[in-house]
Amino acid sequence: MELVNIFIKSAFMENMVLAFFLGMCSFLAVSKTVKTAIGLGLAVIFVLGITMPINWLINTYLLSEAGIFGLDLTFLRFILFIAVIASMVQLVEMIIEKVSPSLYNSLGIFLPLITVNCAIMGGSLFMVSREYNLPESVAYGLGGGFGWFLAIVAFAAIREKMAYSNVPAPLRGLGIAFILTGLMGLAFMSLAGIDFTPFIAK
Amino acid sequence: MADKEKTPLFGPKEKRLLWDPINDNNPITVQVLGVCSALAVTSLVYKSVVMAIAVIFVLAFANLITSLIRNYIPSQVRMIAQLVIIATLVTIVELTLKATNYAIYKELSVFIGLIITNCIVMGRLEAYALANKPWQSFLDGIGNGLGYGVILIIVGVIREIFGKGTLFAGSPIQMNIIGKSNDLVQYWINTSGDSMMSWYSNNGLLALPVSSLFLIGILIWWQRGKNKKLIDIS
Repeated sequence: MELVNIFIKSAFMENMVLAFFLGMCSFLAVSKTVKTAIGLGLAVIFVLGITMPINWLINTYLLSEAGIFGLDLTFLRFILFIAVIASMVQLVEMIIEKVSPSLYNSLGIFLPLITVNCAIMGGSLFMVSREYNLPESVAYGLGGGFGWFLAIVAFAAIREKMAYSNVPAPLRGLGIAFILTGLMGLAFMSLAGIDFTPFIAK
Repeated sequence: MADKEKTPLFGPKEKRLLWDPINDNNPITVQVLGVCSALAVTSLVYKSVVMAIAVIFVLAFANLITSLIRNYIPSQVRMIAQLVIIATLVTIVELTLKATNYAIYKELSVFIGLIITNCIVMGRLEAYALANKPWQSFLDGIGNGLGYGVILIIVGVIREIFGKGTLFAGSPIQMNIIGKSNDLVQYWINTSGDSMMSWYSNNGLLALPVSSLFLIGILIWWQRGKNKKLIDIS
C-alpha cells in the first residue's frame, strides 16, 4: 500500500513539472494544442515507467558494491542511465511511427528530445537519492509520468483558451506561458504535505 | 561560413558569438532551452554561480569535442555520441564538486546530474557544433553558457535579497543585505524567529521555486518590450 502512496505523491504533491520543474523545455514547447500534449504525455509515462526499473536494476546489480562486479562503479551512473533512456526513447519513436504516423509527425523533433527531457533523467536520479526499491521505483516512475501527463494536458488546455485573450504584445507566447506555469505551480503547492498513509493503512 | 584563410582569432564574428546569446539570442528567454535547472537552483546566488560555472564548462568543452570529431560521427548514432561526451563532462564536474565543496554539492543534489539533460547543451551541439569549426564552437559554448548564467544570477540575486535578506549566503563572502538572520544557509523558506525581529520580514513567495517562473516571465516581458523583433507573433 506504500506503493499507492508513492504513486499519488509523485503524481500530485511532488509533481515533476509543477513542484520540481523537470522537463520544462518540452512542457513549454509542445503544449500549444491538447492533442499533441496528450501524445507526448503518454510517451513520457511509457518511457518513465520502463526506464525506472531498468535503471534501478543497473544501479543495484551493476554499479553498487553489492553488485556482480563487487566494485563501486557509481561514477558510471550518468552514462549508463542516459544510454538506457536514449535507447528506450528510440524504441518509443519506432512504435509511434508504426502505430500513429500523424502523431509522429506532429510531435516532430520533440520525440527524440524526450531523451533530454529532465523529467526522465531526474526521475532516475531521484530514485537513487531516495533509495527506492524495485516496486517503489516502478510506482514512482508511473506516478511521475502520470503527473507530467496531467500537467501538460491541463496547461495545453489553458493555452488553447489563451489564444482568445488580449495579452500585452511583449508578454505573448513565452512570457505568459512562464507566468501561467507559475500560477499552476502555486495551485499545486496547496496539495503539498498531504499524506495518504493513515487512510491507506486502515 | 565562408572558409577564409587567416581569419583573426578573435574578430567581430567571434565577438558576436559571445555577445548574442547574452542578450538577443539568450538561451533561456529567447531560445527557451535549459529552463528546468534555471528554476530550481536560483534560490541562492552562490548556487546559481556554481551552476552557471558548471554549465559553461560542460557546454564549452562539449561543443569543442563534438566539433573536433564532427566529421567522424555517423549521423544515426550522433545523439548517443553527444550524450556520452556530455555525460563524461558532467561526471567530471560532479566528482570535482564533490571533492572540493561538499556542502554546495549536497545543495545542488540532482541538478548537477541534470546538466546532461539540460536542453541548452544538446541544443547547441545539434544547432552549432555539428556544423562549425572547433574554436567558434568553443566560443559559442561559452557565450551560451554566459547567457544562461546571466539569467540565473539576475533571478538568484532578486530571490535571495528579497526572499532571505542575504547575498552570497553559503559562500566565503556572504553578507546580510536586509534583515538579519543567523542561519544564512537555511534552505527554502526562512521562517525562523529571528528574521521576524528585524524590520524586514522575508518574502515567502520569493523563497519558493515558483517565483523564478514569475521573475523569468517578467524578464522576458522587459526584454521583448525593449526589443520588438523578439515578440511572438503567433
